[in-house]
Amino acid sequence: MRKIKLSNVVDHGILIIGSLFMILPLLMLLQMSTVPDAEVIKTGPSFKIGDQLDDNLQKAMFQASGFSGENTGMSMLKNSFILGIGFALGKILIGMLAAYAIVYFRLRFATLAFWLIFTTLLLPLEVRILPSYEVVQWLGMLNTYQGLIIPLIASATATFFFRQFFRSVPEELVEAARIDGAGPVKFFVDILVPLSQTMIAAMFIIMFVYGWNQYLWPTMITTDEDMYTLVRGIKQIVQVLEGAVIPEYGRSNLLAMVAVIPPVLVVVIFQGWFVKGLTESDK
Amino acid sequence: MAQVTLSDIRKTYPNGYEALQPSSFGIDNGEFVVLVGPSGCGKSTLLRMVAGLEEITGGELRIGDRVVNGVDPADRDIAMVFQNYALYPHMTVSKNIGYGLKNRGTPKDEIDKKIQDAARMLNLTEYLDRKPSQLSGGQRQRVAMGRAIVRDPALFLFDEPLSNLDAKLRNQMRIEIKALQRRLGVTSIYVTHDQIEAMTMADRIIVMNSGRIEQIGTPSDVYHHPASTFVASFMGAPPMNLLDANAQNGAVTLAGQSIGTTAVSGPVTAGIRPEDFLPDPHGRLSMRVDIIEELGASRLLHGQIDGAAVTVHVGNDMNVSTGALPLSVKPDAISVFDTQTGLRV
Repeated sequence: MRKIKLSNVVDHGILIIGSLFMILPLLMLLQMSTVPDAEVIKTGPSFKIGDQLDDNLQKAMFQASGFSGENTGMSMLKNSFILGIGFALGKILIGMLAAYAIVYFRLRFATLAFWLIFTTLLLPLEVRILPSYEVVQWLGMLNTYQGLIIPLIASATATFFFRQFFRSVPEELVEAARIDGAGPVKFFVDILVPLSQTMIAAMFIIMFVYGWNQYLWPTMITTDEDMYTLVRGIKQIVQVLEGAVIPEYGRSNLLAMVAVIPPVLVVVIFQGWFVKGLTESDK
Repeated sequence: MAQVTLSDIRKTYPNGYEALQPSSFGIDNGEFVVLVGPSGCGKSTLLRMVAGLEEITGGELRIGDRVVNGVDPADRDIAMVFQNYALYPHMTVSKNIGYGLKNRGTPKDEIDKKIQDAARMLNLTEYLDRKPSQLSGGQRQRVAMGRAIVRDPALFLFDEPLSNLDAKLRNQMRIEIKALQRRLGVTSIYVTHDQIEAMTMADRIIVMNSGRIEQIGTPSDVYHHPASTFVASFMGAPPMNLLDANAQNGAVTLAGQSIGTTAVSGPVTAGIRPEDFLPDPHGRLSMRVDIIEELGASRLLHGQIDGAAVTVHVGNDMNVSTGALPLSVKPDAISVFDTQTGLRV
């Protein structure tokens, strides 16, 4: 029989406690969405498994909330995906192109430009939210996906990561490509993008989760209910206007669980690449 | 295939550092020229200027009949093999080899044929579908060679291609590269800091030192008639013995003994190759042997003649021991240098 080491027991103990810490709240949410909403108010979380899960799921995904009848769970899920993926891809594209220009072209003020871009890390959207709103409004992009995505893209994180990565690509590779007749575009598409695969995957995870979890900006920019994202829309459901009505806890709890799933899936699927992208490179 | 002509080529960096003083030389069609020198001597800069990777500050560079000073590297009809191979890590061997052709719009079946030909020549056929990371150092080097060959260039450029390989593989690749160059007959410039590579591979050697060309000549020329004390001490392992001597009435004297002839008079530096000393019972020079290095086929004796350090190379058939050893010098084997300038006189 294998000997059980004390250190193994301790390690696993810590990991198990950590996992429970993360999972228990979700399980509590799940439990509460199986019982009638009135019971949630009366008893709070309990060990009782009710029969309301199906019903709540139906309501959460397909029943509209609000006035217009357009923001079902499905439509919010769709909007969240568009925001998450659009934001991640846009950020990666802009970041790569900016980093490419900074690293590989002898620009007059390249270093200055880089540090200017870099300082935007100090100015996240929350700091410049009023002027950003003003600009988006002026461009007529309120309640559009562009308005939702583009202002969020304007920050330096991806540019910074790609700059560091590109600088680690050996100079000789660039020179070999030049002699092989690869111009700037070919070099980017044929050499740099394939080399950056793992880096792109890592960026995608970070950016997708970041975009998916956006709350403040979508709240500002979307007033049409069919533009609501999940994170923003859940709030709407528990917000009850008439005093005596019990909020639909089961429905919103379930929607919150649904909102957790896509980021988790993205991380689980890409995590191998994620670690590789941030720690090693196969050059 | 082409001649290459450099006229007063020089390189000054924007910060004022002069990496290469005006240098001129020509390379004949099909010739294998080796640029050799210590690090920082400007040999790589010179090669990179020929490649077009480094801007030429002044002078004129011709490949064939064309002045190529301002021509893009891709259009100079050259191929280059890099020290770290510079293979594209995400491409298979065959894609690596064919990439340059693809960029030139060569038809696909022609590319395939050329890749096959090159692979056969370099024994890479069974590795065509592998990634560079799955290959050994020698194989990677051959892929880099393949990439150069398929292009059918007028000029091959080698930038220390063997310095990442272990000693045994280096000897083997040295011969392979040389044989390949012979077979293809392509004009080549090869940069190395290894004087053995230079001696064994070159048709002509260009010895460089601190941004200057010290000497251009055949390997035997450079070895036996070094143009300066720098060349004398750089080429050959162990290097030439450089000893303070005196010249008078046409004779060079070392430790009071005449060892050769010269036209100048006054204090000079006498250069004598280690193998040009002969242990000789009647020799008039006396060496004090301190250390004997056994090399198998031969021995190296380290010691002193009249207080100056000397290395002597003797065959293994010679019985030697530490202590005093009478020596003579082969006739006409000494090189005489000016003590001040270090130049041959």
